[in-house]
Amino acid sequence: MRLKISSLLATAALALSACDCCVDECLDASGQGALAAAEAAAAAEACVPGTVADFVDNVGDRVFFDFDRSQVRADGMETLQRQAAWLNTFGNYVVTINGHCDKRGTTEYNLALGERRAHAAKEKLIAAGVDASRIKVVSYGKNRPIVEQDGSEWAYQQNRVAITVLD
Amino acid sequence: MLKKFMFSLFILLSLSSPSWADLHIDITEGTFKPVEIAITPFDGGGDAALTQIANQISKVISNDLESCGLFKVVNPNAYIQSAREVMSHPRFPDWKILHAEALVGGLVKRNGQNFQVDFRLFDVFTESQLAGLALETESSNWRRVAHKIADEIYERITGDKGYFDTRIVYVAESGPEMGRKYSLAIMDQDGENHQFISTGNRRVLTPRMSPCRTKIAYVDFGANDKTPTLHIHNLATGQSDALGSVDGQRMSPRFSPKGDHIILSSANKGAASLYKMDLASKKFDRLTSTTSTIDVSPCYSPDGSQIVYISDRGGKPQIYVRDASGGNENRISFSPGRYDNPIWSPRGDLIAFTRQNGGTFYIGVMRPDGSGERMLDTGYLLEGPTWSPNGREVMYTYQASSKAKVKLRSVDIVGFHKREVNIPGEGSYPTW
Repeated sequence: MRLKISSLLATAALALSACDCCVDECLDASGQGALAAAEAAAAAEACVPGTVADFVDNVGDRVFFDFDRSQVRADGMETLQRQAAWLNTFGNYVVTINGHCDKRGTTEYNLALGERRAHAAKEKLIAAGVDASRIKVVSYGKNRPIVEQDGSEWAYQQNRVAITVLD
Repeated sequence: MLKKFMFSLFILLSLSSPSWADLHIDITEGTFKPVEIAITPFDGGGDAALTQIANQISKVISNDLESCGLFKVVNPNAYIQSAREVMSHPRFPDWKILHAEALVGGLVKRNGQNFQVDFRLFDVFTESQLAGLALETESSNWRRVAHKIADEIYERITGDKGYFDTRIVYVAESGPEMGRKYSLAIMDQDGENHQFISTGNRRVLTPRMSPCRTKIAYVDFGANDKTPTLHIHNLATGQSDALGSVDGQRMSPRFSPKGDHIILSSANKGAASLYKMDLASKKFDRLTSTTSTIDVSPCYSPDGSQIVYISDRGGKPQIYVRDASGGNENRISFSPGRYDNPIWSPRGDLIAFTRQNGGTFYIGVMRPDGSGERMLDTGYLLEGPTWSPNGREVMYTYQASSKAKVKLRSVDIVGFHKREVNIPGEGSYPTW
């Protein structure tokens, strides 16, 4: 029960912050008058609660993991709480959580590790009230990097990730 | 898809008295010296087309034998007899001066629509014939004839089966790291007759050849790149079919030694368990049952009695061996780091694996009881070993640095002779 209450609170907080963002960005865009039409459209979409852009930009679609780990960290937990709140508000969406690993590993084990990461994220969403039937997982292991792996720690981190994709 | 290779073969009688092979390589020893072999350019008997084929045959034989590291071909510029002379009356004392230990001659002639290749292999020091064969086939098959002759020479001298008349399937890779394309490709073991099996529109990973080398099992992510399933590709028909389903994401398929079923891993709810699947009935049986650990990359021993696989039940992924029917489970890897892709040698004596320790990757081998572990190659990224059919070479994915091309490499497990495998672009996960 506690979880349910906290996720409702999170929804309220989210709705407020989405409004703030919307006002700021829209003012900013029109004020400058220099945004390309497409960018303005994208910015405008992000302002519309319940859109893909709203989810990606305002909620955050990705949860990062430590090397060789699949435990959700505190920062990931916050993201997943926001995701759950959003999904509980916009109940028409189903999602796929994609599991990824950085390239300093082997193909086969990392396919399983990616699934374990995606599943760890799924469990947190379920615990926060999202129906399990709305969540699929798929692992790409190390074979579909999210950012180019230039050897930097940042790039490794970006690729140790579970990304919630709205289907 | 593949032209049937018909050829007839008969043994050429020895010119001298029969001899037992005094010339041999003891490749069980830790160190050895390659056998020096003279391979005279085969003789086409004055026919220009035949002469060209004959010369190419000698070149392919030389390339095969040198590539494995067990032979060194004596410089042809120093040869003191033609192939035709060698076939009828080899002057052994003259060849000894060139330090040739083995000597090969061959003749190519027409035989109706077909052509016939006669060849003889001599031991220079005992002055005796070790092998003599005549092979008859269509002229378009000249390459396979050359590989069969190389196989015969290899077998006579090493005592092991040759592997030159074999093919390799691998994952051909192209394009930038982001949005990379993967397709299955097949080629002769020396990189010739390269053909793509799939188009590159689908993510295909970790192919494994069936024991009869007629089928390939692999992971295919589907046209939408979201539905990873196991597929079996039939090399004879060119058909690819999805295998039946079990809960979770299926991965790391391997054929059983009889080819009647596959073993695999399926990742579900954060754990990965091993399964076997009968290919006729498509029924799954669970082999390991875990709720939190990852069991992956299973592989049968060649007699089918045991399974080697990876499990992270002890923390990091390590190699375990158990009876195929269950029980007698033992962890066999203990060096620092983590392991993946254990593949049992077709001889049964060794298990090849990938090991990763910090930023360094290794391809290594150990005995099935975990003893005798040694590393064969190391570098920035190595993985996915496969054995030559005779269990003497291991081929694997090799990348020298983060920006280097992904290539295939092969190493002789005794002499540690390494060679880059000839592929047109980049490639990974060979299966022999």
